[in-house]
Amino acid sequence: MFKDRKNTASDLKFAYRLGYKPPRNYLSMKILVCISHVPDTTAKIQFTADASALDASGVQFVINPYDEFGLTRALQLNEQLGGTVTAVTVGDASVEPTLRKALAIGAHDAVRVDALALDPIQVARELSAVALAGAYDLIICGQESIDYNGGIVPAALAEILGWPVVSPCIGFDPAGGRAKASREIDGGKEILDLALPAVLGAKKGLVEESELRIPNMRGIMSARTKPLIVTAPHGANPGSAAVSFTKPAGKSAVQMIDAQDLDTLVQKLHEEAKVI
Amino acid sequence: MILVFAETWNGQFKKSTFEAVQYASACAKAQGTQALAVVIGPASAPVESLGAHGADKVLHLHGPEQFETAQYAALLAGVAQELNSSLIVVSGTANGRALMGALSVRAEASAISNVTALPLSYSPLRVVRGAFSSKGIETCESRLPRSVIGLIPNAIGLKDYSDSDAAFEDRSTSETARATVLEQQLASGSIALPEADRVVSAGRGMKSPENWGMIEELAKTLGAATACSKPVSDIGWRPHREHVGQTGIQVNPQLYIAIGISGAIQHLAGVSSSKTIVVINSDPEAPFFKAADYGIVGDAFDVVPRLTAAIKKYLN
Repeated sequence: MFKDRKNTASDLKFAYRLGYKPPRNYLSMKILVCISHVPDTTAKIQFTADASALDASGVQFVINPYDEFGLTRALQLNEQLGGTVTAVTVGDASVEPTLRKALAIGAHDAVRVDALALDPIQVARELSAVALAGAYDLIICGQESIDYNGGIVPAALAEILGWPVVSPCIGFDPAGGRAKASREIDGGKEILDLALPAVLGAKKGLVEESELRIPNMRGIMSARTKPLIVTAPHGANPGSAAVSFTKPAGKSAVQMIDAQDLDTLVQKLHEEAKVI
Repeated sequence: MILVFAETWNGQFKKSTFEAVQYASACAKAQGTQALAVVIGPASAPVESLGAHGADKVLHLHGPEQFETAQYAALLAGVAQELNSSLIVVSGTANGRALMGALSVRAEASAISNVTALPLSYSPLRVVRGAFSSKGIETCESRLPRSVIGLIPNAIGLKDYSDSDAAFEDRSTSETARATVLEQQLASGSIALPEADRVVSAGRGMKSPENWGMIEELAKTLGAATACSKPVSDIGWRPHREHVGQTGIQVNPQLYIAIGISGAIQHLAGVSSSKTIVVINSDPEAPFFKAADYGIVGDAFDVVPRLTAAIKKYLN
């Protein structure tokens, strides 16, 4: 199937540009959940001796926390409407444990695009090839990944596909071939009406923290045998590259102020820190 | 021609808009070219203010009523291609980030987000940006002839500026949106956290949501935005949009006051780029003190009201 993907993807992309919408049965949804393999939030970040990359030794890698909200919402919709939930990641073999966690949480199958994730547009292009090959109704990414905090992939992916995007998405309810979505904006939210297929950038609010699915024993066992397909990349060239990394300068020692002497703090905030 | 997206919010320009315009103006001067500020949609704010911050030209595109990602990306990409711009500057607000992704694809540009300083070089374009939730700093190089740079709001800072007037052009447009905004629900009177200059933040040490009155009072006295730690947002004491941390908002204020927050790594990742951090905690072993500039060990319910009074006294 994936051997022919190159021609299929560009044919379909051309067809989409002409306004082609494949017939869809919106009583069930084919959902693609994009997963990023990132350092755990408690990880101490160090760089290699030549400053060219993250020093991954001793770092625990996890599913990007924002993606978890998307995966849970996808599973909720799947229980409600039927269909399938597929997890996809762009990365080398070292990302497979993270992809298996998504299967353990409940995704039905997974795809690994065998390429390093080097640049957000490159990643979006690789994901778009997977999206077109599978004729998905909905793609849910995390609104950003905690390694680069760019928030670029959801909107870039939607633009490549010609689909609407809602990012950051804090609510999503499909009905027929359309959906109502909530998007977080400065100081509040906006309600959008859009046609499917669409791309969402998930964050807390799309589902609540307490609703997040975690792998149970059965999930972990089944994850070992659920399909994890490795596909060759489209070969998108990254538009940007990391040259070097450093750590930010640490703060100098804290000045402790006596709780009875707050006037000193106010004075220092004015004279030393110059913030009031 | 360097382009800068001059974002409006309810028809007004945000502080981060002026910051982006100043950045674009500095890039333009370094390159011996001009900075063009693009305003999209209704703007009741005077567009002359963009000239004061360094825009050489202002292009006002009329048509869209609300921000919509695909529509704005198409409009900006059109201008970039028309003028053969090599650089487009966008501030990393919520709308800015969504726009960056779509715009980079549409304009066939590289996308470099979370930039914290003016470019180190222009050919090739090299910039410094935050990485790993501000736990690292990356030097990044663009490989394409056109780049979209996304700034971290408040990272560069706004300088006093009064440049000359900009040349001005109005244009009507008709790009279609892919989604329709049905309604907006805004909490009144709140300062947007990502762009706030001052933040007063509180955590589980407050013991109950009813005790937040003194936090809001201190914030009001300082003209600060209010924020909270993740546990407090998860249990619903404060709204999600106040959650500051690695998986919440990353703030960049001049002053961050943390009350009753222990200072876990995930919280620090959201606040470490604050210029000055003040920590108030009853536990002298709280990890946050190691990341603070000023620390007070004491009972928040005693210290915070007295601090508010001391600041009021100073301000008068």
